[in-house]
Amino acid sequence: MTLYFLDFVLLIIGLYALVVKRHIVKKILGVAIMEYAVNLFLILLGFKKAGIAPILTKDMDLQTFIQTAVDPLPQALVLTSIVIGLGTLALMVAMAIRLYERYGTFDMEEINRLRG
Amino acid sequence: MSALLPMFTAIPVFSAILLLIIGKFDKKHFPRIWSILTSLSLLVILAVVWGKGTIVHEMGGWKPPFGVVLINDYLSRLMLLIVNSVAFLVTIYSYVYMKKYEDYLRFFTLFLFMLAGMNGVVLTGDLFNLYVFLEIASIASYALVGYGVDAEELEASFKYLVLGALASIFILFGIGMIYSVTGSVNMADIARFLMHSNGGDKAVLMAIGLFILGFGLKGGLVPFHAWLPDAHSSAPAPISAMLSGVLIKALGIYPIIRIFYNVLDMTPIISTIFIVIGSVSMIVGALMGSGQIDIKRLFAFHSVSQMGYVIVGIGLGTPLGILGALFHLLNHSVFKSLLFLSSGAIENGTGTRNMKELGGLRETMPVTSGSAVVGSLSISGVPPFNGFWSKLIIILAAFQAKNIWAAAALILTAFLTLMCFLKFQRHAIFGEVSEKVKGAKEAPFAMVLSLVVFAVFCLLLGIFNEWVLSNIIVPAQGIITDKLGYIASVLGI
Repeated sequence: MTLYFLDFVLLIIGLYALVVKRHIVKKILGVAIMEYAVNLFLILLGFKKAGIAPILTKDMDLQTFIQTAVDPLPQALVLTSIVIGLGTLALMVAMAIRLYERYGTFDMEEINRLRG
Repeated sequence: MSALLPMFTAIPVFSAILLLIIGKFDKKHFPRIWSILTSLSLLVILAVVWGKGTIVHEMGGWKPPFGVVLINDYLSRLMLLIVNSVAFLVTIYSYVYMKKYEDYLRFFTLFLFMLAGMNGVVLTGDLFNLYVFLEIASIASYALVGYGVDAEELEASFKYLVLGALASIFILFGIGMIYSVTGSVNMADIARFLMHSNGGDKAVLMAIGLFILGFGLKGGLVPFHAWLPDAHSSAPAPISAMLSGVLIKALGIYPIIRIFYNVLDMTPIISTIFIVIGSVSMIVGALMGSGQIDIKRLFAFHSVSQMGYVIVGIGLGTPLGILGALFHLLNHSVFKSLLFLSSGAIENGTGTRNMKELGGLRETMPVTSGSAVVGSLSISGVPPFNGFWSKLIIILAAFQAKNIWAAAALILTAFLTLMCFLKFQRHAIFGEVSEKVKGAKEAPFAMVLSLVVFAVFCLLLGIFNEWVLSNIIVPAQGIITDKLGYIASVLGI
């Protein structure tokens, strides 16, 4: 339970950075932190203390295998979501560089030509 | 037959990759013709699978609860029809329009990836797979919004990117929550599990909240609409048409319909939440739209408001409400794409989108302004056109459900929309010919062609509304209301 709570704190830190901070790079870091928090959450769902890799060999007892093996599905999901996160992050950074070229600032408050 | 289903995503993805390779040698003609052929081939496949009942394809031969399944039922078919036909007409339109951006290759590559993502979202029967396709479509659309790399376009794109990434994170978090309860990511399997355990679990409630937040952000509903007017008005016109006409539906509204009807339960509380969100979206969108002088921003705010209609119809939950919502989804994709494409044609001809600088367009651009008038009559709900019938059905459904507040909001919004678009017509289409309009010429043939086709569809969907309702919309509504049938057809029980 503590682990889930800490993970939730991480998510809130990311959300805070995204909502409150004005610097574009800090906003990007906020998104990255939130992504890590969610990935960590998915991993935690399948996590077991002193768990073993979910590979069933012939000399294993099925019942103990079910009790000790970690859930492999969230790990597969997280691999995919890390790759997607990388794509989003790369696009964000590229966009931030282009924005700096156009506006000469990283401050989101000054990048406000679209209003109304 | 079922082997055709992966083609809806495989064809655009592979043709995008081929386009990148072959397009190096012919950057001018090949990308445009290639993407028109690709989107046409998708329409042909759709025609082949149309009317065959529910088709389930098990990817890689793995049985449903374990492997990824693609499901083509009538709801998916309705969405595929919307996505692919709008995409086809938009590629024809872009044939000429994208000339001023001087780079067809990257545009059409991103466009095809976006198309693949949207087709995947509406076909998949697996929650995590839905997330993956949603991200493919979203990332392509972020890049397409900022395609012109001007200051405003980049700003809009960055806002959209940050909020879109936030929405994706919420959706993935929600999927994790659902997985923690059910131990499955297959939608039908989740639905079966939750039916037996009576739902009600706190984690499921949290997942419901996260899904409303995430898909509401993707669908641009108030109070999550901040990115939508910027992104839709800054993108190139064909992309605005795709975003407003298709993307917010395929990525925002369709998952809401599918998840809240076929996977989770539409409880009275959720239904009230949707009615409130929808009513607020309608009124706020229409009110904020009424103050705009940029025509693309005006149209973008009305996308928020029209999506409100759909969400109210979905939230009412009665068969009539769902019928109206789905019909409005189809109609909105037609007339909003038409309006955005005609705004692109107007901008191309006159060099401005400001309503105050326009005027008397019917003198110099008769076909464009004629189709813009058809579009604005449709969206404001004038009888022979399609928008009227779907709005009428939703309003009747609200009265039938004895929800007077929703009905009042619906009628009020109909008047506000009419007012906004009368203003648009008076300032831009009719009135005195202004300086900028004087030298304007009619748009090129490819652009006019797709405008006219959309305008004709506005009229046809309105006149033959009974045929459309009974042949396309009612089967889709049957899928939504029949949760057990959905579970049975996917899991094969």
